[in-house]
Amino acid sequence: MKRRSFLTSSAVALSCSSISTAFSQSREAIKVGILHSLSGTMAISETALKETALMTIEQINAKGGVMGRPLEAVVVDPASNWPLFAERARQLISQDKVAAVFGCWTSVSRKSVLPVFKELNHLLFYPVQYEGEELEKNVFYTGAAPNQQAIPATEYLMSKDGGAAKRFFLLGTDYVYPRTTNKILRAFLKSKGVKESDIEEIYTPFGHSDYQTIVANVKKYSAGGKTCVISTINGDSNVPFYKELGNAGLKAKDVPVVAFSVGEEELRGVDTKPLVGHLAAWNYFMSLKNPENDAFIKLYRDYARAKKLPNADKVVTNDPMEATYIGIHMWKQAVEQVKTTEIEKVIDAVGGQKFKAPCGFEVSMDKTNHHLHKPVFIGEVRADGQFNVVWKTKGPLRAQPWSPFIPGNESRQKA
Amino acid sequence: MPGASAQILRNAWAGPGAPTVDRFRPLLIAAVLALAAASLFFGARSAAAGTGAPGSTAAGFAIEEGLPLSGLRSDDPDERIEAVESIALSGHALAGRVLRAIEDERLVWLEERGWMLLAEGGAAVPPPGAQTVGVNNRVRAALENAQAFLALGDSDVQRRREAASTLEGIEAVRYLEALTAAWQRESDSVVRQALLLAVAKLRLQSPEASLRLEAVRALALAESSAVRRQLQDLLGLDSTGFREPDPQVREAARVALAAMDARLRKFEWIAAAFSGLSLGSVLLLAALGLAITYGLMGVINMAHGEFLMIGAYSTYLVQQLFRRFAGDWIDWYVLAAVPLAFLASALLGIVLERTVLRWLYGRPLETLLSTWGVSLLLIQSCRLLFGAQNVEVENPSWLSGSMALAGDIVIPYNRMAILAFALVVLLGVYTVLQQTRAGLFVRAVTQNRAMASCTGIPTDRVDTLTFGFGCGIAGLGGVALSQLGNVGPDLGQQYIVDSFMVVVLGGVGQLAGTAIAALGLGSVSKILEPFTGAVLAKIMVLLFIIAFIQRRPQGLFALKGRSADA
Repeated sequence: MKRRSFLTSSAVALSCSSISTAFSQSREAIKVGILHSLSGTMAISETALKETALMTIEQINAKGGVMGRPLEAVVVDPASNWPLFAERARQLISQDKVAAVFGCWTSVSRKSVLPVFKELNHLLFYPVQYEGEELEKNVFYTGAAPNQQAIPATEYLMSKDGGAAKRFFLLGTDYVYPRTTNKILRAFLKSKGVKESDIEEIYTPFGHSDYQTIVANVKKYSAGGKTCVISTINGDSNVPFYKELGNAGLKAKDVPVVAFSVGEEELRGVDTKPLVGHLAAWNYFMSLKNPENDAFIKLYRDYARAKKLPNADKVVTNDPMEATYIGIHMWKQAVEQVKTTEIEKVIDAVGGQKFKAPCGFEVSMDKTNHHLHKPVFIGEVRADGQFNVVWKTKGPLRAQPWSPFIPGNESRQKA
Repeated sequence: MPGASAQILRNAWAGPGAPTVDRFRPLLIAAVLALAAASLFFGARSAAAGTGAPGSTAAGFAIEEGLPLSGLRSDDPDERIEAVESIALSGHALAGRVLRAIEDERLVWLEERGWMLLAEGGAAVPPPGAQTVGVNNRVRAALENAQAFLALGDSDVQRRREAASTLEGIEAVRYLEALTAAWQRESDSVVRQALLLAVAKLRLQSPEASLRLEAVRALALAESSAVRRQLQDLLGLDSTGFREPDPQVREAARVALAAMDARLRKFEWIAAAFSGLSLGSVLLLAALGLAITYGLMGVINMAHGEFLMIGAYSTYLVQQLFRRFAGDWIDWYVLAAVPLAFLASALLGIVLERTVLRWLYGRPLETLLSTWGVSLLLIQSCRLLFGAQNVEVENPSWLSGSMALAGDIVIPYNRMAILAFALVVLLGVYTVLQQTRAGLFVRAVTQNRAMASCTGIPTDRVDTLTFGFGCGIAGLGGVALSQLGNVGPDLGQQYIVDSFMVVVLGGVGQLAGTAIAALGLGSVSKILEPFTGAVLAKIMVLLFIIAFIQRRPQGLFALKGRSADA
């Protein structure tokens, strides 16, 4: 009796979790899949990407859709559960017959859906900065590869303006992205003549919340020479880390911390006044001033208000949101170019697409390596939780998914 | 008198203090808002058009001359830093205000107007086309030093002390002469000591070996890592040999470093011990509620973490209420949040007990599943109410910052407060359970339900109230956690495993066991962490608990009770 009711209720719950939203009844809609966690630990970051995707689709529909057909978003919730990502991806492709999928955040979720996309020969747009070491025909990477984020940031810290750091404290959450990034950075630093003893590498478990010892160690380490912290801490742990940093009085002018996974959204949960001057490296900041970005921010604000999102008057935009926005638009352009949603043809057409992005540059999708050419910005945290750009590249950089700093990659770089 | 022309401030468009500005402020703001809206609407076009009417855009001063401001416009941070230092050393009456304005981005450059100082308090909107001074970390450090330098002239001793301690990290030799003069005229001994260090630090760059030697000897008394770093640099090598050519100075630096390290080592131990206790107090607050609901009542409450979350969100709501209605008292919102968080969690706990748990006593598996379901329900409803993102809970000013033990070894105030709070809550729970009639009932029901019922104790109501009490204590834990980390829907999930660990290790049904287990686990993890790293330390603690429970399944302390009987 009990068991049966449990089964029925879970069946109901499962069928509810895939909600399709039809925007228009006119001409047959094109379905696109949105694969972001709306519950579980990653909901904090991925919910905003789902909203961005829906907003972009609404915007495209308002302008007449794709080839005159409206887009229809199929939203599923993989619930921060990596195997479930693969299951949901399969469902989107085989059952809902979507034309493309936009989704994933963590590298482990991407790795979990890859076999599905390869097997069914389908199309995924991945919008988050990641560790590289991957190149799939079925995936377009609209986030940064290490040479578009980690390497320039480290170079900046070594420069006079970045504080001329001599010692490096690499601090990360214990999983594939921080470990690979730090491996690349270590090789890079060695190539710049930094001694092994001047590099410290520390990892914490997911969800770690007590940073007392680590912050004390950073302080101690900094007594031995000008130190900077390169943080690949991911997700929820950032708030306790920055709170501890602020309270321990570790100021950015003494020991700057540069983070690769902290953006406007993450700083919303923190009192940023003690953090002024700490750094983040991204390919987009909300504080950038250009017409595309103004329009993008306004679009999202209006959307948040219209949809009555929680804290709608205080929503912020960030780098992965911009990457999602670019991804959907590039897919639209490609489909309109080849006049079909056929996967093979669209994949060929996405490479080489250009788009005037909110970062203020015209970014283009590389024909051969499926990564975006992106500009790099380094920003200092301001008291209001936004970033003040202190360094940027002159223009978009081509991605190097196979880092030259990892041995064995030489042969792959040509790809 | 050159000063007179230097101090010309043209009241260009109604400076602050001018009576007209207040009268017209609503109009001004309306005009600015309209302009802003228009510029959004027309994009770049209006930016050019808008500059045409600067008179209606902002309240501020135009600064005519006398201050060396030109370098501030340079693209080269070195020139901006030089300009900042020149402003501080100029002795100009406006220097302090200008420096503060640079930091707050209120000093702007307008092509047709020159430099302009916007009014303080963020009321003024910079006119379109206004360029602020580019501030990065280096410029910010220079600004800080420059402001500290100016504060040395303050009549308030406390401010001079703060300023002097900031200046200990100074590197710009340009200040040397002025600082030496300040040191000579200073009367307060604390300020003198700090200034002596600052002067010594600058003299390290002197070409004369004897001055350097004197400086190194003076610096042996310093404690900051910046000074330590500089002394260490002297011992380093560069392309031409030792960075410090004089062997005597090097020897003195070596001695100074050793003295510094010896002094700091003692404090490092205190700091390490404190961080262990602090982690322990967090664990204690997280687990204390569970020690009552699980420990005393035997309810495997998987939703325990969510009661922590409710306490934390109550704190957030109280903070928002204070921000809106009682801005002056915002520093004390945490105190107001304590009873509210207790009540909110306790009420929800009572509802949960009445509606769900009372039907499931004696069926641990069903209790576990249903409370787990409740926990998912609470997390998702929190997501719907407050959004999936974390909310910001700010430390009040008296909980921000830290007490300096020595040099860079500090103890944060919020952690001290939480340690004290944990002890107070522990004492409170102990008093309620051991010293009150209600506590007597709880203990009676725990030890022998049938007998307690026979003596006329309303066991049903005692169950409800005990559960509510336990949940309320969890809510208090939530208040404390909100001051340390995330406040988000998943807050409870991070602590549920740790809480059960503490209660099981301490011995189910034992408050003292819970307290000792929490503080012990905290200290052990903190002792292990520097040697093994955080990941391995966590694993080792778990292994230790598994081994310990194997040897002693009843935990540290064991008590005969309902749960022990079952």
